[in-house]
Amino acid sequence: MPEAASSNGDDAPKLPPAKPAGAFEGETMTRRAVFSIGGQALGGAGIGIVGLSALGFAAGTPLFEQADEIWTAVGPPGKFAVDTYRSTVITLTHGVGEAGKTTAYVRMGSPDLEETQAFIAVSTRCAHLGCPVRFVEAANNFICPCHGGVYGFRGEVIGGPPVRPLDRFQTRVRDGQVEVGPRYSVTGDFDPVRYRDPGEFTGGIWNVLFPPRPSTPPAP
Amino acid sequence: MAEPETSSRFLKLLPGPLRRPGTPQNGTGNLIDSAKEAPADLLGWVDERTGGSSQMTAMLFRKVPKGTNWFYTLGSATLFAFIAQALTGVFLAMYYTPSATQAYESIVHLTQDVFLGEFVRGMHLWGASVMVILVFLHMARTFFFGAYKYPRELQWVIGVVLLILTMTMAFTGYLLRFDQRAFWATVVGTNINGTGPLVGPFLSDFLRGGAEFGPTTLPRFYAIHMLLVPGAIIAMIGAHLKLVMTLGTTAPPWLRADEASKARDLRTEKVTTSLNGGSSDAEEVNEV
Repeated sequence: MPEAASSNGDDAPKLPPAKPAGAFEGETMTRRAVFSIGGQALGGAGIGIVGLSALGFAAGTPLFEQADEIWTAVGPPGKFAVDTYRSTVITLTHGVGEAGKTTAYVRMGSPDLEETQAFIAVSTRCAHLGCPVRFVEAANNFICPCHGGVYGFRGEVIGGPPVRPLDRFQTRVRDGQVEVGPRYSVTGDFDPVRYRDPGEFTGGIWNVLFPPRPSTPPAP
Repeated sequence: MAEPETSSRFLKLLPGPLRRPGTPQNGTGNLIDSAKEAPADLLGWVDERTGGSSQMTAMLFRKVPKGTNWFYTLGSATLFAFIAQALTGVFLAMYYTPSATQAYESIVHLTQDVFLGEFVRGMHLWGASVMVILVFLHMARTFFFGAYKYPRELQWVIGVVLLILTMTMAFTGYLLRFDQRAFWATVVGTNINGTGPLVGPFLSDFLRGGAEFGPTTLPRFYAIHMLLVPGAIIAMIGAHLKLVMTLGTTAPPWLRADEASKARDLRTEKVTTSLNGGSSDAEEVNEV
């Protein structure tokens, strides 16, 4: 055996030293290193797959799935005036009983205010932190009970902490009934944007800092 | 003559290391004698296999600094408030329905019809406030006694995590009774989350389980309140207690100030002694 001879003889050619130490000839990694790196990679991949699945399960639907549009009939067009609001009850969400309903204030669109829509439906959700505002007919204002937000007739902020006008709902007339549909937010100039949660500014750079969420219906 | 016998019987209930060794028996005891030995035998059996009693002695007989006072019990008080919350919470969960249409009715049923239901619910309701107050008192003690300093910084950090978890418990538990106040408080709370730029809106969506307060919101809060956060709190309390065992507690600052000034005086004394050639040091000490 030449190997045996070389290991005994002094002048026989020696094998190059193992690189790295402990590796067999021609190997660049020890088996121990291969198995420990491979084992950790497998374990990491396993944890990653399970972890990402759990995160997707908890966050996927709420963040990216859009709920079905709900349209609520609130009465014939003749019921609503141009100079005052009538309160109506509409459904926002199914499955939570009364908690899924809300009040919406509806009036006819006014040419004097340069409104093109036939009907305007204003949300009672305060643009500060979401408390329910009410329309006070004597003052022609919307007033929030929680932190003193006050809005004018069109829903524009005239006092208190709210950061933008009151949200609105899309409206349409079907089968002789005014129907109130998905919510949208407006900027200070009443340009419609995809709806934001209360407390979030709208318009200009704010539309980027408070990004529109995929879970909300698109603005009209 | 009956007295030492009684006391020795009680002593037998203690695990081995805590007990003074008794006189050896000849092993011919009757049934009653071995029955008397049974509790000690059982404890001894467990102890031999766990080493628990040495850990118990290490914990119960550990050295505490001079000056330890009632303020040092606030941490334990918080722990017991948490245990009370956990126990009452388990029993409340037996009657509670985490559904937006049935939650309020189940709470009314629990309060009005279930035997001691109002008491258990009251314990949980008031216990929540007690726990939050105790957490802050414990934190104030740690802060004003300077107990957060080296080597206990990590202890403080874990404590802050526990504070946040406790507040999360308070916030998520508030919604569960599902009356008007609970509902609107939660609406406001989730909307405050939304005011954070860039991530805020998505955080609100995540909390509510959608763009609006919907059928998944209440079960979500329920799961966070009774599974997710309690698990995290228990783990963090474990780490907190481990560090208390490892690092020990600190003496009150006035005692430490005393020690420090004594050490300073000692140094001054040495310096003056060496400067004055050692003759006048008796006067110096007397002045001090």
